[in-house]
Amino acid sequence: MAYLLTLVTFLPAVGAVLVLALPRRQEHVTKLVTLGATLVAFVVSLPLYFRFDPTSADYQFVEQKAWIPSLGVTYHLGVDGISVLLVLLTTFLMPLVILSSWTSIESRWKEFAVTMLLLEAGMIGVFVSLDLFLFYVFWEAMLIPMYLIIGIWGGHNRVYAAIKFILYTLAGSLLMLVAILVLYFHHGAATSVYTFDLPVLARYVLPGGRMQDLLFFAFTLAFAIKVPMFPFHTWLPDAHVEAPTAGSVILAGVLLKMGTYGFLRFCLPLFPDASLHYAPWMFALSVIGILYGAWVSTVQPDIKKLVAYSSVSHLGFVVLGLFTLTAQGMVGGLIQMVSHGLSTGALFLMVGMIYERRHTRLIADFGGLWKVIPAFSVIFLVVCLSSVGLPGLNGFVGEFLILLGAFQVDRLSAVLATAGIIFAAVYLLWMYQRVCFGEVTHEANRRLTDLTPREWAVLLPVLLFIFWIGVYPTTFTAMTEPSVQALIAQVQSKAQATVAAMVTR
Amino acid sequence: MNPALVLPVVDLRPLLPMLVLAATAAIVIVLDLLPPRERKDHLGFVSALGVVLTLIMTYWMTFSIGGGELRGFRGMVVLDPYALFFNIVIGYATGLVILLSMDYIRREGQEAGEFYILILLSSLGMMLMASAGDLIIVFLGLETMSIALYVLTGFFRHRLEAGEASMKYFLMGAFASGFFLYGIALIFGATGTTNLDRIANAVAAGAGRDPMLAIGFGLLLVGFGFKISSVPFHMWAPDAYEGAPTSITAFIATGSKAAAFASLLRVLLTALRGVPLDWPMLVWGLAAITMTVGNVVALAQQNLKRMLAYSSIAHVGYMLVGVVAGGSLGNGSVLFYLLAYTFTTAGAFGAILLLERDGREAVQLADYGGLATRHPVLAVALSVFLLSLIGIPPTAGFVGKFYLFGAAVKSGYVWLAVIGVLNSAVAAYYYLRLIVFMYMREPEGAPTVMAPSFSGALALAVALWGVVQLGVAPGPLFDLAQAAVIPLLR
Repeated sequence: MAYLLTLVTFLPAVGAVLVLALPRRQEHVTKLVTLGATLVAFVVSLPLYFRFDPTSADYQFVEQKAWIPSLGVTYHLGVDGISVLLVLLTTFLMPLVILSSWTSIESRWKEFAVTMLLLEAGMIGVFVSLDLFLFYVFWEAMLIPMYLIIGIWGGHNRVYAAIKFILYTLAGSLLMLVAILVLYFHHGAATSVYTFDLPVLARYVLPGGRMQDLLFFAFTLAFAIKVPMFPFHTWLPDAHVEAPTAGSVILAGVLLKMGTYGFLRFCLPLFPDASLHYAPWMFALSVIGILYGAWVSTVQPDIKKLVAYSSVSHLGFVVLGLFTLTAQGMVGGLIQMVSHGLSTGALFLMVGMIYERRHTRLIADFGGLWKVIPAFSVIFLVVCLSSVGLPGLNGFVGEFLILLGAFQVDRLSAVLATAGIIFAAVYLLWMYQRVCFGEVTHEANRRLTDLTPREWAVLLPVLLFIFWIGVYPTTFTAMTEPSVQALIAQVQSKAQATVAAMVTR
Repeated sequence: MNPALVLPVVDLRPLLPMLVLAATAAIVIVLDLLPPRERKDHLGFVSALGVVLTLIMTYWMTFSIGGGELRGFRGMVVLDPYALFFNIVIGYATGLVILLSMDYIRREGQEAGEFYILILLSSLGMMLMASAGDLIIVFLGLETMSIALYVLTGFFRHRLEAGEASMKYFLMGAFASGFFLYGIALIFGATGTTNLDRIANAVAAGAGRDPMLAIGFGLLLVGFGFKISSVPFHMWAPDAYEGAPTSITAFIATGSKAAAFASLLRVLLTALRGVPLDWPMLVWGLAAITMTVGNVVALAQQNLKRMLAYSSIAHVGYMLVGVVAGGSLGNGSVLFYLLAYTFTTAGAFGAILLLERDGREAVQLADYGGLATRHPVLAVALSVFLLSLIGIPPTAGFVGKFYLFGAAVKSGYVWLAVIGVLNSAVAAYYYLRLIVFMYMREPEGAPTVMAPSFSGALALAVALWGVVQLGVAPGPLFDLAQAAVIPLLR
């Protein structure tokens, strides 16, 4: 199992090559092979859970090989409590997404399959890279498949949305590239070890001051655009609305998490002083995001757009939790990342299902669905409630922990964020009420078919985890805690070290 | 006593790679006169074979001389790792251009043996520039390269724009040569020599304060500025690129640029060493202006050849970033970038020249609507080249930019690196627009068809291999590039 992470990362890419070799006319075979590849990747990734040592804060399943020795670039992979759940979330969501695209992707299935599989490889690569160069390679390479998915298989305004998506993220990440280089040369000059290795760089105490602040800004900008935090969120509604269901699910479920993951993995350990110093600003932006996202969601006539804006709100919680630098807040943030991936993923899946039937997503076009398609309505209710944060379902756990953490650090933010949960109830339940309750107002809705077996297969696994995390979150929190504690200790000791250095100077 | 006629012992070894090229050109001239007269395919293959031999010779010499150097003709020609690295770049550029030209010139009804001969001779001039240890040899190489390129640019005589392009290129080039020669004359006046090493010695001995020397170098830089098409000496490039046969456009963009950079860097690093001028700050400004102007103007182009012309101006700006940064990392990254850029650009132009619509080349953006459904493989290849031009990993373009901007950061030019990456973001827009047309638009009007061409496909495959290989495993070639510049930095 020495190459487990390499295997998990590149299996989807192998699947892509396999699909490429299939004849175009065999569309059904293509679909099965794609599903098979994602399932195999999921199964292969399971040992990451079963063999993961939850008591250790260290990187596990580590692989390290020289790659570009003259630059100190290594092929360094590993997971810890922070990334392992995100890798599993990715491999878990992919087969479901492929299954959900069975009929909704109507053209160029083969290209779609190849793009999705390459996207999966890129996403896993981002989460398992422990070398800044390698991380950056995956981080950028992954943009292209997503760009194609939005641009080729998206809705009416897809090209605009795709270009907006890629230019936003590219601008942010290119500045991060310069910051990576500055950090690399600074570390090299100070220690005469030139390396992009994250654990090595994270041990180095960067002097506080203007340079650390600028580096922090460059990294934060890249991640804030990805999350997206207010005011960098404007690409998100366009991308989500125009993307096909599969794209939206992956975008919400995994891609947005890369931003929050980046904060945890890079900003906090590399720039602890700046992180602590600017934490109040991050709180402020998070709370604005939480409230603004919720309010804008409330007035959306389009269900998909509503869910998109709800992501801005939910991810605001995550960032709030991470920057509290308390164990509760950060574990909560991690759980909320996974929860949001499941709940919002499921919401997008269900919006996609209803769109396939009616070719509309406007709330006004529905009403009384409960009477026509009860099974769909029940599951939709559960998913909505999980997104609202009903105790007993997954959303509650993360948000509760985040608020617990935030309350210890900044009460005002905690209070305002709590209000955000209330607004979440408002926009989601109000939407649900207009869609599912009441009388059937449109004749077209009377002949809708309920969930098909394939759709059950897509939704049931998600539901399982929605309940699991809600009822017994310890399974997952236990995995993350040691790493989170170690991270907090590292940030605080480094921050103290720089303060001490400033005092002695 | 009669003075005995003593023939100087001429050491031809420093010329070996060039001699192979010259011999190939001579063979092609002879073969051109022999039957069959109506088909010239075999000439292309012979030329390509000659280029392959030159490359093999270059690799072999790289190994056999190790870190040393061969000097010939009293130091006028230097064959060192630096020249050999450029021979590799120029060799790949020439080989790819010949392969791309073969079916292309027949399709255009302009098949002729001269085409290959001129390419080979131009390539000879380029390699001579890379090996030049004397300003006179630089000029000799420059003229050999340029005159062949002027002819090649106007080779499609039936096209109006070809004549225009050739004329513009020639006139501008003649001006550049004039500046160049005048610069050499002034430097000779100040230092009494045209040999680069001896100029450096004279500068060290005190000639550096002579204003004549500064003016001479200024004029020299103007001449180089024309040849690498940096702003503000770039005006000829878009017209020449548009009017030239597409394979020659690729040659101007890759080979001639590499050669000009080769001698520019050598002059800057050897002769100009110790001159009390703040030339890095001057080049700083040139780099920033060049990439910004190139990218911003490229945004507005509908004609792909023009777009790539402006994009190539922008790429010169990126390479100048490495020149500013200096040191083995900065200069090494310029060399590496030239190699990466050669594969990428030759590939991109190659993909364009394989396509035609309504009996003309597909050079308008609109010609690429829905290309991905009709020619999926070609669309993927072109996309990879475009992504490499943007600098998306894991392609050669990304690694090249990474080295360039890394060198800038290392030397403390962080803001120049920031300008560079912001430019890359701007550039992403116009490259991606072509991908939008290929993948996200439906075809309109007459279909765009691909001209079947074995040699063209082979060229694209080689370029693709280069782009991916340099992107995934850049280590060995970058080390080679860095080792090539270190001796110059003594």
